[in-house]
Amino acid sequence: MAVKDMVNNASSCWMGNGPEADVVISSRIRVARNLVNLPFPHLLTPGKGEEVINLIERAVKKESLKEKIGFLELVRLSGLAPLERKILVEKHLISPDLLKDYQKAAVVLRSDEVISLMVNEEDHLRIQCLLPGLQLYEAWKLVDCLDGELEKTLPYAFDKKLGYLTTCPTNVGTGMRASLMVHLPGLVIVNQIKDLITNVTKLGLTVRGLYGEGTEAYGNLFQLSNQVTLGKSEEDIITNLISITREIINQERIARQALFKERREQLEDRIGRAYGILKHAHVISSAEAIRLLSDLRLGIVMEIIKNIPACLVMELILLTRPVFLVKITGKEMSSFIRDVYRAQLIREKLSGAEKI
Amino acid sequence: MMCERCGQRLANVFMTEIINDHKRSVRLCEQCAREIQLESYGFMPQLNLPVFFASLLGNEFNVPSSDLSLADEVNKCKNCGLTEKQFLKNGLLGCGECYNHFYARLEPVLRRVHGTTQHKGKIPGINNDHLKKIKKIEDLKTKLQEAIRKEDFEQATQLRDNIKELERQLEPEGG
Repeated sequence: MAVKDMVNNASSCWMGNGPEADVVISSRIRVARNLVNLPFPHLLTPGKGEEVINLIERAVKKESLKEKIGFLELVRLSGLAPLERKILVEKHLISPDLLKDYQKAAVVLRSDEVISLMVNEEDHLRIQCLLPGLQLYEAWKLVDCLDGELEKTLPYAFDKKLGYLTTCPTNVGTGMRASLMVHLPGLVIVNQIKDLITNVTKLGLTVRGLYGEGTEAYGNLFQLSNQVTLGKSEEDIITNLISITREIINQERIARQALFKERREQLEDRIGRAYGILKHAHVISSAEAIRLLSDLRLGIVMEIIKNIPACLVMELILLTRPVFLVKITGKEMSSFIRDVYRAQLIREKLSGAEKI
Repeated sequence: MMCERCGQRLANVFMTEIINDHKRSVRLCEQCAREIQLESYGFMPQLNLPVFFASLLGNEFNVPSSDLSLADEVNKCKNCGLTEKQFLKNGLLGCGECYNHFYARLEPVLRRVHGTTQHKGKIPGINNDHLKKIKKIEDLKTKLQEAIRKEDFEQATQLRDNIKELERQLEPEGG
């Protein structure tokens, strides 16, 4: 599947079912690499930026790399429409920062969207692997393998003492950011999320809401990632993140069970109402949709609702984002019309899933 | 006046954002303003890490982040030409060589952010076997310290020889 097709399709491999899927949506590893002797991207002229893209294009086309990793397609962002660029962001394949200076930026993708590379974001190269569920080691293995192939042709900026040299010194060392997207509706309902965030921060992790503003995370979706990149090996960073996440998974399951045992009617009512509104609403805002879809997902993984796959919920969260709606309908719309289209899309997808 | 983002169209939107009492204003064309709004839609505004880092650096360079006019514009990296002032403004370095050039001032900040300045992870050109060897050396070194503390010199000698042998194996690729 070419990059052009990817932007037309909302579902990605990472939305499938992986280990611990009731809590962990996806696992991501991202490493930063720079080429020696070239200025970092923010100082690159457009000509030099193109030089970096060409070097990386040549490296990803090598036969030995194809054998180990598969076919990778490089696309210059200047060759995509503005809307297509934004969809790559919504699908978590590239970061919003890559769009800032898109004239000298490129993206490299494998057709299953598990592997993506950003060229000339903050660093010359950001290698990313995104897998469903709790699969951080697996993601690291893939990144490590691809990185190993690339370094055969690309001379990296590396220092024996400081490790991989990155544009921002906060990433120096491993240059690695490991992160997990987790769904924590139980801990939010029992009002323990703030304590959890405080504790996890003390243990060297960063927590942030995926959607929403301030302290409110729409959809109860959170991203956990490591803070420090220097002085610990990649394996140690990942092990630490996983062990803390296992405890969070544990707490989330305890919260869900407690709710089921002590407030069963209220819980089933909340989930049933969410399902009912999603199934029958004709005007729905993005914030309301995400909130209700989160409740629906909780109902599915707790087997209160049985005829809908959990991965459809993630697909719907993505599909009903404003950018995707514009893509689907092919035109800019007022927010009211968007709310109408969103409701229609959710109704169609849910009734489609029920028939199967 | 031209749009500060694309530099191609006439600016007719004046946008001001205030984050943590820090005010920033830009002049944009209509199209860029719309793109920025669409981009930021739904993403939680994050404290920009490099800029935050820059303010930490300011302390080290004795330049308050609120007044960068005191920053040195002459002191620059010989390889890429990044000045101290540019570095303090964005918190971004210009090339690998910058790490050497600004190291004296950078080191304490790295230590504060990461707690150390010694990389312990992957090394290019070295496969995982080597990484395991590096780890093994570290383990042995810890044991060596332990042996010395216990005054078990026989074991210490053995451990020291093992470490030397492993280090010798690593050298050709590591150099």
